[in-house]
Amino acid sequence: MAMRETNRHAWLAWTWKGLLVALVVLGGLAYGVQSRSGLGVTGLSREMPWGLYISQFTFLVGIGASAVTVLLPYYVHRQKVFERALILGEIVAIIALTQALLCITVDLGKPGRLLNILLYPAPSSLMFWDCLTLGGYLTLSVVGLAATLFAHGGSPAKWVRGLALVTIPWAIGIHIVTALLYAGLAARPAWMTAVLAPRFLATAFASGPALLILLAGFLARAKIFDVGREAVDRLSIIMTYAGAASVLLAALEVFTALYSGVPAAGEHLAYLFLGLDGHTGLVAWTYSSWLLLLLALVVLLVPRLRRRQGLAYAATVAVLVSVLIDKGLCLVTSGFVPSPLGYVRDYRPSLVELGIVVGIYSGGALVFTAACRILLVFCAKAHRYSSTSATSDSTIHALSSPPPTAREPSMATAAPMEN
Amino acid sequence: MTKGPSRRELLAGTGAALGAAIVAGTAARTALGATTGKGGPKGIPMWGMAIDLARCASREGCRACIDACHATHRVPAVADGRHEIKWVWKESFSRVFPEQVHGWETLARLQTPVLVLCNHCSQSPCTQVCPTGATWRRSDGLVAMDEHRCIGCRYCMAACPYGSRSFNWEEPHPGPSTSTYPKRSAGVVEKCNLCVERIDDGKLPLCVETCGGTGAAALTFGNLEDASSPLRQLLSTRQVLRRRPALGTEPRIFYLV
Repeated sequence: MAMRETNRHAWLAWTWKGLLVALVVLGGLAYGVQSRSGLGVTGLSREMPWGLYISQFTFLVGIGASAVTVLLPYYVHRQKVFERALILGEIVAIIALTQALLCITVDLGKPGRLLNILLYPAPSSLMFWDCLTLGGYLTLSVVGLAATLFAHGGSPAKWVRGLALVTIPWAIGIHIVTALLYAGLAARPAWMTAVLAPRFLATAFASGPALLILLAGFLARAKIFDVGREAVDRLSIIMTYAGAASVLLAALEVFTALYSGVPAAGEHLAYLFLGLDGHTGLVAWTYSSWLLLLLALVVLLVPRLRRRQGLAYAATVAVLVSVLIDKGLCLVTSGFVPSPLGYVRDYRPSLVELGIVVGIYSGGALVFTAACRILLVFCAKAHRYSSTSATSDSTIHALSSPPPTAREPSMATAAPMEN
Repeated sequence: MTKGPSRRELLAGTGAALGAAIVAGTAARTALGATTGKGGPKGIPMWGMAIDLARCASREGCRACIDACHATHRVPAVADGRHEIKWVWKESFSRVFPEQVHGWETLARLQTPVLVLCNHCSQSPCTQVCPTGATWRRSDGLVAMDEHRCIGCRYCMAACPYGSRSFNWEEPHPGPSTSTYPKRSAGVVEKCNLCVERIDDGKLPLCVETCGGTGAAALTFGNLEDASSPLRQLLSTRQVLRRRPALGTEPRIFYLV
């Protein structure tokens, strides 16, 4: 019986890896097509010079930056319950950042000249600073993760905390710089708002924890790695209030744009919510994003609703998808509508573009699958998996009121929103 | 050690080359200053251009300057509007000056074709955002572009408030041309350079020269630092529009009403 179960798992795992490899190869082929024919094979145009690649880059930098939501509680507030969430958070951040850098690279017309950014440094360009800060953050994260893993479950060396105290503001910094890359352009009133950077951070700290909660749920169910119920619960709270803050900030932008009545300030909103000159390319996406986030917030804020495990997970998925639509498509592309000469052109990503993005995500998922093995080894070496999990759970049982009714104690994380 | 030049000789050689370059540059500037009137306070001209809206529109369907420019600069004709490459072209008045539209003008007035090109802004957002210095503002105010350094990130296109920049979405096929101007390749941005290659030779930009040849003479090029230049005369006496002045980009292309 156990043997058959193991076989089934192994078969599933290999199918999963096989599928991911196939998608990565597909993405590679799509990139081959783009390299040979030029960016004309994308849905981009004169009026819409940036699309899915840069949008996804923005979204992924947010996921990378959201490692703050585990680093900060663990290193600054000394919350031990975040110990294992920390490792997960760091792995996800590193993968997301690598994907983000890939997204920029595939967007370049001359990727072979990428190093020109370093060879001819231009301090007045936010893109120059974005590349520097992203590279720095990636390095910090890799060193931090390595140090945590080499500690074998014991307390990491003292300097690791010092490193973390540098990494935390740096992580916030990368996303601010990414926002400033847009917010400083007088040509694009949709982005030229001081609220853009805080909005980026809010959506990052909603989508990042959402992804971590979902991954933690999966890892616990697959009996690979137990992040711990308490950490997941707290991540859920961070996600909820970051999501609420992002709704508030977006609503404030809508007010300023519409009440002031300045035409340029509101045209992109008209395009997003109503369509402009008969072009309604983003209207359905806009409403989906808003609706998903608002419904998710209702579920996450009402105790009776969020205690239902399935509903709580659905809300978490909704937060992630909502931010993916907003940041990963609407925000960047709506900034180009209308064009400086008043033209409106809808943007529809081509199959090549979609293939490349799917390839990048599949590559990330593949690396994460491999990283699961690291997590397993880490647990085995640390000999702490069962013991800490038991102690931390008992602490939570004492803290929680009413005590959570875990159906399966070994899968405590599978019910994340009980608090 | 005995092979090749010594370090001292190399240094001396470099120094001589640098000196020669500086002298040659100064000579070129002096020559230019001589052809276009007095130089500015520092002897460096500040180039600008005026477009007479009425004169330009009076020659209906005229494409003389556009065709001359695009042939000389090997700008490919791309059928797909999404991938078009344009250095100088015409747009309707209402698109170029939307802030001037009040709703009581005739349709014909709104649709009056207006010549548009790179504004060679004094505060150019494109050069500010370029991460590699592939586009930069020269000391004479012209916004130049090095298509060999451009990485094709299109940040300049996002930053330009005039839509004056084009990207080579596909391999450009400019067709037969006797021009010596280098061809671009797929994946780089390009735009009007106000004929820096001609200006550095002491000639007028091609559009200005071509327009003068048609008899309309709607375009006036000159040194803004020179109070006696015809350009300055026009700017001081005529009603002038600039595109989107509220953005603070300070265009050096002026439209005479």
